[in-house]
Amino acid sequence: MKEQEEINNNGRRDFVKNVALATVVTATCGSLTCSCSTKKPAVSEKVKLLSPDGEIVEIDSVYLNHQEHMAIVSKLEAREGIAGKKFVMVVDLARCKNARKCISACQKWHYRPEETEWLTVKLLKDSEKAAPYWFPKQCFHCDNPPCVKVCPVDATFKRNDGLVLIDNERCIGCKFCMAACPYSTRVFNWAEPEMPLELRDLASNPETNIPARVGTVEKCDFCPDRAREGLLPPCVEACPNGVFYFGDENEDTVTNGEETLSFTQLIKDRAGYRFLEELGTKPRVYYLPPKDRQFPVERGYENLPDKLKARFKDIMEPAKKKS
Amino acid sequence: MELNSYEQQVFNHQRPEIEKFGKLNWFFTIFFLCWIAAGGYALYLQISRGHVVTGMRDNVVWGLFIVNFIFFIGLSYAGAIIAGVLHLLKVPWGKPIVRLAQMMTVISVVVGPVFILLCVGRFDRLHHLFIYPRIQSPMTWDVMAVVTFFAGGVLFLYLALIKDLAVYRDAKLDIPKWKQKLYKILAIGYRGAASQKRHLIISQNLLAIIMIPLSIIVASILSWIFGMTLRPGWHSTIFGPYFVMGALYSGCGVLIVAMWVYRRMYNLDSYITRKHFVNLGYVMMMLAAGYGYFTFSEYFTGWFGSAKWESEVINKLFNPAEYGWWTLFANTAGILLPILIVAIPATRKISLITIAAFIMVMALWVKRYLIIIPTLESPALPMQDTRMEYVKYTATWPEWTLTIAGVATFLLFFTLMAKFVTVVPVAGLEDPHLQHNNHHEPVAINEATQPA
Repeated sequence: MKEQEEINNNGRRDFVKNVALATVVTATCGSLTCSCSTKKPAVSEKVKLLSPDGEIVEIDSVYLNHQEHMAIVSKLEAREGIAGKKFVMVVDLARCKNARKCISACQKWHYRPEETEWLTVKLLKDSEKAAPYWFPKQCFHCDNPPCVKVCPVDATFKRNDGLVLIDNERCIGCKFCMAACPYSTRVFNWAEPEMPLELRDLASNPETNIPARVGTVEKCDFCPDRAREGLLPPCVEACPNGVFYFGDENEDTVTNGEETLSFTQLIKDRAGYRFLEELGTKPRVYYLPPKDRQFPVERGYENLPDKLKARFKDIMEPAKKKS
Repeated sequence: MELNSYEQQVFNHQRPEIEKFGKLNWFFTIFFLCWIAAGGYALYLQISRGHVVTGMRDNVVWGLFIVNFIFFIGLSYAGAIIAGVLHLLKVPWGKPIVRLAQMMTVISVVVGPVFILLCVGRFDRLHHLFIYPRIQSPMTWDVMAVVTFFAGGVLFLYLALIKDLAVYRDAKLDIPKWKQKLYKILAIGYRGAASQKRHLIISQNLLAIIMIPLSIIVASILSWIFGMTLRPGWHSTIFGPYFVMGALYSGCGVLIVAMWVYRRMYNLDSYITRKHFVNLGYVMMMLAAGYGYFTFSEYFTGWFGSAKWESEVINKLFNPAEYGWWTLFANTAGILLPILIVAIPATRKISLITIAAFIMVMALWVKRYLIIIPTLESPALPMQDTRMEYVKYTATWPEWTLTIAGVATFLLFFTLMAKFVTVVPVAGLEDPHLQHNNHHEPVAINEATQPA
């Protein structure tokens, strides 16, 4: 058993090494070809690599450009999670001004089209007299996930590190998880998803969900492939106001890229809460109430294109009339 | 198989129907096949282009298909319960309509699941349900339930058919050889020997005892696909019994309509009599009251409790600008109408009971729509979406075509099945005149002997 593990580990190390090497090679080739023409070469160098399943595969080096979207772990490991971690996110509502940089960064990273938002920003107004506030919403990666409970084929699952992921090669597309999720987090590929050609033939992995597949469900995954490399999710990095704190509950640290704080202290000081706690889903995303706001809510509305403005008109326009 | 004079008379009466395939049969068969072909084209579109051709989107993830699934599978459960009860309680007037109920069971359990498969995005991965089953999922429970029920339903129909199959085998019918052979194989050598009779009746009794609770269980499991989610309008403790009641009720209506159609088409007036319509009418009336009670409880508690999320659904249902008129139709035509028609002696006629049953069945289909769609259109977080098709569900033509194709398949199976077996069972059918002398039902005699 141990021997086997060692071999596997060696294999993985070799694989990572190979990928790294190949990337350097391709990067050089890529820049060379780029300087000559913008088109990718139709036939290029084949590179031998060890696949996550332990097989030697020959891959067109063109694909290695995107090695960041190639899973570094096997599907089995992708179901286990990153050992010792317990991912958690804190969203500071006082800082959000609907800049929407998180959304575009997320979509760019995951190659999702404009209207497919894994991460959305809602405008909430809890009651008639209450003040509206911007409410960014990813997947909550619940500890008692209603979506996982109802999946008939174990395509969506809960990992040891707290993440709820989807194996889009196992998903049968029954959409039961979408009906069960109270937060409307999940999206469905109603038609053949548009993906860059070079990504289409990649082996999909729950940690990357690339390429997207028609007739399957997808959602925010907290970018575990980046976490393995010690990177923050693109939404966290892209936010100009440091709204999102991402981190590890076991280490009791969260960071928004600029400041690193104690998770428990932050929740304590700022009265962190979880959305719709009464549903008993135990989300892994905490919100800090929009107290002492950095921006007036209008800042996120005024400069929006009309198409986006229409989404929030019901709440924003009557407020304008009154003032 | 030896037949007594009454059985012989019943058989001779229906004999032409299983011997000949008339012009009208051809017409309907081809008509239904055309619709099924159109459905096939819609299905081809859905597979080749993706579910984008349907009206379903990220909020309303299920549409007409799941409504049809609930509808048809409900008929199936109802058929099994009605046939099971008629069989076990040896209801004297029940025998001529047991077969129709059993046919309905088998046919709808074939048609119904097709619709849930249509909701599935990846047909090529359906085997995942069996190779990666996850027992916590109500969907897995439903797969197991429907498969079990299908096996039970087919067996239940088949056991009840064996005697008749033996009759057809021995009757020297004027039919093609393959059909003769099929009867011979399916009759599995039944000769009416005492031991055969005993075995048959024991297995039939056992199966009837199994099918009744099984129907209740599977109908509840179906409801739990919705009830186990946290959504208002679905997440309700009465959802199991509510679905059982709805299934029984609509199934009773379809059975009445089927009785009427066959009575007309096959001249079965002397076997399917006013008594059957009136008695099933009474059953329908009681079920209507029960269903109305459940519906009222659902709406009333939701409205009175006034939880924010729940109220949103209730408001959608009762707002005339949204689903108000449909709610009104579903509850008046689906609950009040059958009660009134059956309760008032003047309207307690075959034709009116049938019309009421037909309208009620339509209304209950609408009711299922009202259970599914408004809830899906009311997520906890505001949609804030400008894409209208994501906000409000509108069924597209492929969905409607496939729905009609499903109904056509249902009717086609009925048409073909009635050409293979007699609609009214032959063996074991008792002369109602003799029957009534034994059972002392003077009123019933009058009803049965009066031409309707």
